[in-house]
Amino acid sequence: MKAAVVTFPGSNCDRDLAVALSAAGFEVARVWHKDSDLPAGLDVVGIPGGFSFGDYLRCGAIAARAPVMQAVVRFAAAGGHVLGVCNGFQVLIEAGLLPGALMRNAGLRFVCRPQRLRVATADSVFTAAFRPGVEPVIPIAHHDGNYRAGPELLARLAGEDRIAFTYIDNPNGSAGDIAGVLSDNRRVLGMMPHPERAIDPAQGSADGLALFRGLAAALAPA
Amino acid sequence: MKARVSVMLKDGVLDPQGEAVRHALGTLGFAGVEAVRQGKLIELDLAATDRASAEVEVRAMCEQLLANTVIERYSVEIL
Repeated sequence: MKAAVVTFPGSNCDRDLAVALSAAGFEVARVWHKDSDLPAGLDVVGIPGGFSFGDYLRCGAIAARAPVMQAVVRFAAAGGHVLGVCNGFQVLIEAGLLPGALMRNAGLRFVCRPQRLRVATADSVFTAAFRPGVEPVIPIAHHDGNYRAGPELLARLAGEDRIAFTYIDNPNGSAGDIAGVLSDNRRVLGMMPHPERAIDPAQGSADGLALFRGLAAALAPA
Repeated sequence: MKARVSVMLKDGVLDPQGEAVRHALGTLGFAGVEAVRQGKLIELDLAATDRASAEVEVRAMCEQLLANTVIERYSVEIL
């Protein structure tokens, strides 16, 4: 199984994401934002957290127009799996791969803490491996994680079972307590919490492992 | 030729930064500030000489990058 992790100027969770994917059994390639093509034979692309391009203009806006993202959009359109975490979620929204918008936290503060989540659907390779009813604790660290969607989009996301994770005790004002959403083909996930920062008990929680293990189990060759 | 683009949050989209500014103005004793909306002003120096085509191009820039039309609206002024 092959994964690639993209690095933009200002990415700072790219190595962590690569380590988490490796630990789950992926062979991980590192890809630079100026690359116009992805390595052949990929199963999944990871868009990491950080502060790509200094959050200039809007979080993720400049990164979403980087050459590599055109390749990521093509990969997703061909049915590839994509995981965007934190700034990576912002990039995927700005690139048009996921709907809605992420705004400044309602409380205006950067929030950085372990966050209890609800797994809102089991119907995706990213969420299938979480035990039913489990409330994983996964760290959040963001200033612009306030998910915005109009009533129509919120109803559509709920109706199509595309809300992957919700917050318990909403930290940022997100509509519908939404912490992560899926694309309409369920193969692109964007989420504000950092599962790659919760893969070892020494990090305070290993609850993020289920995401990477589920992904590996689903994408493993039969 | 210069162009000036202003980008504002759409009406109805809560602007927590604007609200914080409004609150701070109240703390300073400026009474009667009923609402504050904070946006961006972007100035462009363009090689173009034709105003109409410059405006078309700047609007395309707004749609593709300068504004997030999910939550923001923009206006373009050719100077």
